[in-house]
Amino acid sequence: MSLVASLTVPGRVELELTVTPGRTLALLGPNGAGKSSTLQALAGLIDYEGTVRVGSRVLDGVDPEHRRVGYVFQEYLLFPHLTVLENVAFGARAQGRGRVAARSQAGEWMQRLGIADLAARRPPQLSGGQAQRVALARALASDPEVLLLDEPLAALDVEIRDEVREELARHIREWGGLTIVVTHSFDDVTALAEEVIVIEKGRATQRGSVRSLVAEPGTSYVRRLVASWSED
Amino acid sequence: MKLKTAAPAIVLVAALALAGCSTPEPAPTETAAADTLSGTINVFAAASLTGSFQALAAAFNEEHPDVTVTFNFGGSSGLATQIVEAAPADVFAAASPATMKTVTDAALTDGDPTDFATNVLEIAVAKGNPGGITGLEDFANADKTIALCAVEVPCGAAAAKLFDAAGIVPSVDTYEQDVKAVLTKVELGEVDAGVVYVTDVLDAGDAIEGIEVDSAPVAYPIATLSASANREAAQAFVDFVLSSKGQSILKAAGFGTP
Amino acid sequence: MPAGLALGLLLLPLVALIVRAPWAALPSLLAEPTVVQALGLSLTTAAISMVVCLVLGIPLALVLARSALWPAIPRRLLRALITVPLVLPPVVGGVALLLLLGRRGLIGQWLPFTIPFTPAAVVIAQVFVSMPFLVIAVEGALRASDRRFEIAASTLGASRFTVFRRITLPLIAPGIASGALLCFTRSLGEFGATITFAGSFPGTTQTLPISTYLLLQTDPNAAIALSLVLMVVSVVVLLSLRDRWVPGVLA
Repeated sequence: MSLVASLTVPGRVELELTVTPGRTLALLGPNGAGKSSTLQALAGLIDYEGTVRVGSRVLDGVDPEHRRVGYVFQEYLLFPHLTVLENVAFGARAQGRGRVAARSQAGEWMQRLGIADLAARRPPQLSGGQAQRVALARALASDPEVLLLDEPLAALDVEIRDEVREELARHIREWGGLTIVVTHSFDDVTALAEEVIVIEKGRATQRGSVRSLVAEPGTSYVRRLVASWSED
Repeated sequence: MKLKTAAPAIVLVAALALAGCSTPEPAPTETAAADTLSGTINVFAAASLTGSFQALAAAFNEEHPDVTVTFNFGGSSGLATQIVEAAPADVFAAASPATMKTVTDAALTDGDPTDFATNVLEIAVAKGNPGGITGLEDFANADKTIALCAVEVPCGAAAAKLFDAAGIVPSVDTYEQDVKAVLTKVELGEVDAGVVYVTDVLDAGDAIEGIEVDSAPVAYPIATLSASANREAAQAFVDFVLSSKGQSILKAAGFGTP
Repeated sequence: MPAGLALGLLLLPLVALIVRAPWAALPSLLAEPTVVQALGLSLTTAAISMVVCLVLGIPLALVLARSALWPAIPRRLLRALITVPLVLPPVVGGVALLLLLGRRGLIGQWLPFTIPFTPAAVVIAQVFVSMPFLVIAVEGALRASDRRFEIAASTLGASRFTVFRRITLPLIAPGIASGALLCFTRSLGEFGATITFAGSFPGTTQTLPISTYLLLQTDPNAAIALSLVLMVVSVVVLLSLRDRWVPGVLA
């Protein structure tokens, strides 16, 4: 089962992409290139033309709540009136699971992501890194087929980014589903993704494996990114 | 300039002529000829006097053109409260002796009040009498919708006495705060009948029809107030209300003579 | 100086009411059956009105909040319509209700039952005048809340109704609470629309403000006592809101 999409958001982005299980796709590009619009279209949050399929399932015209597309937002958007446990259990509850079942399943995900001890806290009491893991747990606990991560590290302090990035990479690999991560950082690409599409001004300017991108940068934007990354 | 001064003169002549031929009293010719009254008087009068007192004031001004009469019409009880709380009133005309008593008890009247008119109750129904009301007996019928004034206000107290005397227990749906509220509900067809004063029925015009009932007349007392800043004009107004000209205006509005 | 005058104008009448209150006779006055009856009727109808306002007003507030995306003319018309009862003299509102729901009213003439002179009419009159308070308070809260939480909830598989119930409602709960309390106090103090539309009959439609007004004609002391009760209830409600209702109403 893979995700195959060919979509156009008028005035923002025009893109074809394929994601296979276990091989995370990174959408890399400067601000305003159309990366976030692509994610929003895939999640059904904005209108688009074209087709999005997951396996044999066509998502076009399907409401966000029925797409089984999980979304980790840049600002995480944890529900401020709910505890961490209630946040993580929200998806299962909303999908009709009983309270006890939803909570025990949420507890398992929190265990796996190492945040079980935060269960009773409220979102304002969490550090940036903790909030990110709660957001990831919340998305995964809603049992999605596709996971979208929008700049998952941008809201974090620079000092903790490397550590959190390693953690995130590990969790995504353990999950093993269809994953797309949007970023403008080449560090994120190399740590989190296997495949990459470079988007500039609403169009793909280069695509391939992360390795091939490093080997043969196709545009001056990529060249600059790769160069500054190699210097680190 | 000439025209402007001429107009009041004509009115004055007309008033003289009118006063001269319609009243046997000697006073009017004298006061009109050398009227020394001027200034403003505030007349607090029961709401049921609105139409007739405005007509009275117009006629009064023909004799005393320099006196400005301003009115405060309202529920008698409310007016009495205002006067007791030192509202600037020169004359008080109440719709019942009981409300006047509030003011005399506070020793605020200038001498004893005089009854200047009487009023009787009547059944008010909407045009065409859609509720098929024939008399007071219908008020006991629970199927009819009935509005009365609340017993706290004079028209309600009078209505309660009326039903007591007739030995009828009315099946009331609403106790309204004044006569006008009763008439509004009758006129809109929300109630089949209400009890108001005959003067209210006449004042309401075509929209309301009256059915006569056997009710004891209620007296309307009037008095000048001791706090008045313009006692002479206030007394002149009261005298005018009691004069035959004043009485004929009240009679035309449906009031009886005490 | 003008601010002090304004404050005095707001405060001193209440002080006068407290000073002139017949404190010694208060317990017996408040225990009188007619007073107990009027107070009970007022509390009951105001509570029901508050619930009706919540059930009808929250959806209306949602529509109003969404109307930000509408063209200017229908948007302003809707807002004006909702705020009309705030500026309309309540008596006029009462007459309008009679013309609509009265025995010969536009709708009333087709109904198999009559509404005026029943407690239902009291509730309708109260809802008519107090609904804007709730709608405006809730709409202010909606506009201040972050709609992206609703989007996040939908990506987790929550239907529109679930999103509304578990995300939108809790996030605007403070706005709803203050709107509901304002509704309740406004309903409790309602006079003009009630006496015009519902009339006044002890135990059925004669609410506390109406019996206060009627008592003023014959028994000013009792009227002052009732005014005191109304004032205490209002002040308690406003204190419990603190400053929360001001942004809600002005937003």
